[in-house]
Amino acid sequence: MNPSAARLSSRRRAAPFPESVAMQSRPNLAGWLMVSPLALVLAVFLVAPIVLIAVVSFWTATEFSIVPAFSWENYDFLFGSSVTYRVFLNTFKYAAIVWALTFLIGFTVAYYLAFHIRTQTWQIALFLLCTIPFWTSNIIRMISWIPFLGRNGIANSALLSWGVIDAPLEWLLFSDFAVILAFVHLYTLFMVVPIFNTMMRIDKPLIEAARDAGASGPQILWNVILPLTKPGIMIGTIFVVTLVMGDFITVRFMSGSQSANVGRLISNDIALLQYPSASATAIVLLATVLLTIGILLRFVDIRKEL
Amino acid sequence: MTDTTKLSRRSVLKGATATAAFAAGSTLGAPMIWAQNIKDITLRQFGTGVSNLNEVAQKVKEDLGFTLEMTALDTDSVTQRAATQPNSFDIADIEYFICKKVWAAGNLQAMDTTKLENYDKIVGIFKTGKLNDDSVIAQGTAPHTVGFTTGQHGTEFVQEESGWMTLIPTIYNADTLGIRPDLIGRPIKNWSELLNPEFKGKASILDISSIGIMDMAMVVESMGEYTYPDKGNMTRDEIDMTLALFTEAKKNGQFRAFWKSFDESVNLMASGEVVIQSMWSPAITAVKSRGIDCVYQPLEEGYRSWGGGLGISNALSGIELDAAYEYINWYLSGWVGGFLMRQGYYSAVPETSKAFMSDNEWGYWFEGKPATDVITSPQGDPLAQAGDLRDGGSFEERMGSVACWNSVMDENQYMVRKWNEFIAA
Repeated sequence: MNPSAARLSSRRRAAPFPESVAMQSRPNLAGWLMVSPLALVLAVFLVAPIVLIAVVSFWTATEFSIVPAFSWENYDFLFGSSVTYRVFLNTFKYAAIVWALTFLIGFTVAYYLAFHIRTQTWQIALFLLCTIPFWTSNIIRMISWIPFLGRNGIANSALLSWGVIDAPLEWLLFSDFAVILAFVHLYTLFMVVPIFNTMMRIDKPLIEAARDAGASGPQILWNVILPLTKPGIMIGTIFVVTLVMGDFITVRFMSGSQSANVGRLISNDIALLQYPSASATAIVLLATVLLTIGILLRFVDIRKEL
Repeated sequence: MTDTTKLSRRSVLKGATATAAFAAGSTLGAPMIWAQNIKDITLRQFGTGVSNLNEVAQKVKEDLGFTLEMTALDTDSVTQRAATQPNSFDIADIEYFICKKVWAAGNLQAMDTTKLENYDKIVGIFKTGKLNDDSVIAQGTAPHTVGFTTGQHGTEFVQEESGWMTLIPTIYNADTLGIRPDLIGRPIKNWSELLNPEFKGKASILDISSIGIMDMAMVVESMGEYTYPDKGNMTRDEIDMTLALFTEAKKNGQFRAFWKSFDESVNLMASGEVVIQSMWSPAITAVKSRGIDCVYQPLEEGYRSWGGGLGISNALSGIELDAAYEYINWYLSGWVGGFLMRQGYYSAVPETSKAFMSDNEWGYWFEGKPATDVITSPQGDPLAQAGDLRDGGSFEERMGSVACWNSVMDENQYMVRKWNEFIAA
């Protein structure tokens, strides 16, 4: 996966630390010129579209056209409907549960790779193994759960034939369970990669020192490894939380259109030609996600840790 | 039109003059004058999956010589494109209720009925609204109410045959609920069965607001909860009441899933996840061709009907407009009609389609007679055996008991928002 490659190589490049500090302390014309292409690209492809979305969110729509105006109608409707609050709550619920599960699995996998596999060759081999599912499209990986979990699917027929259950389990598919299962399946790697990366940078002598000082295994995990892995956990968290909060297709397919998150609210609006209303929802979602990330970043100063 | 097609049109026109000079002295018919150049023309058509079939594009290439590019989208995307991207298509294959929504955007031009060879043979539903002289016009956006306008660039709909058609009717059908008789095991007679607690967790409804709300209205009336003065044009209170009833059912776990695309409905039914749901005719055909028992159940309250037609982009003119007319005349001349009728739809000009169907097929699909031999889908999968009858019977029986048409309401925007809430609830 690309983020992993980028992260690994950035680690190597970041190693000669004094040099990058020196670069930062000499802001001059050349420096400004060097950032301007990136600034330009970001301005055109990131800032401008977001500004446009913000502007459109104040417009009004008719059946077949959108009318430039300055109206709070879209926000009025959004904040005036109890459904909005429920949907936002649902979005946070998905984000929280998926975060907890991907963190547990991701941390365990990364820990195993980093501390239990001795040779670097095997570490890399097993790490690549983790990325294999990413060679197919995430839609396909998601949809393949549907026949597996269905009423007459493989999971149910297996459980029935083992005599574990008497009737097919209905909640396996088209339920919150299915949505969260798909999310965890899709996004755990985004947790594994950064955590593994930070774990690899932990000085092994630190662990030896802790053991020499009499720390038990759990104590080392809790007092040494976990604090040192915080930046990786935080990066993984940002990946997972933003992906889950912005998703709409997984929720639509795995819940059989029965559950909603904010992404679905927006996609429904777009499908029904309600662009201004969709923009308003998008702006509120954007603000919510930025706020969430802002709060997360209060816990760890990622820039300092990197 | 895009720049590239503009360029090719210019070269086509240049060629056309030369050919016209050659053909002027000969006895060739008028459309043949540019028959040599029409090969270079590409018409871009988009529409829902129901009639955007590759077989049609191939046949156009064979019969007419020009290229037809098809794009299949879901109903909402079709509406969106017709309303907002006039340069992305030449032919719009849309439903009549979509026409009501998008006509005012001015992206389509009306068609001169005198240029349509089979205009007189088009069934009455699309001209007067009546199947027979004594038929009652159903509620909702009946095709004839949005089928005519004042002139080529007319913006208002007119209620009489004005000679300018907004859409050329192509296919239509009477929709009802699809059921799995093998999993239900008893007769189903009413729309109200959709909310019957017996089918808790095994029902589905389609997530396309303008169609779904009509199915809901049929259910509400069938349950005896309320009788709408006009299902096709509900008041805000009626919309609230209808959706509240279904929201409650949703929260009680009545529905297994909602579906948005044709394939989803087929999969839900074929896998047995759902045993009763809103469905479209070819979806039934698709389930049956997998060897699974599935019935398009006629119900006492009647059918919810829909009609589709071809509209021409406002940007078309000259030889491309001629090609579009040529295409539409070909469309109504029978081959496509026969192809679509073998999937369970009806052709707007059934007479011409008859020539492209066997007696057995015509009897089974149109006249509601028992099949005399195996009935197969256009792809060759067997759908019915000798002696089987079509669900719902003949054309007259099915199209004669239409209770409402797919519609756009005055309160559409309110309905859409409420629908969104229902889905999110």
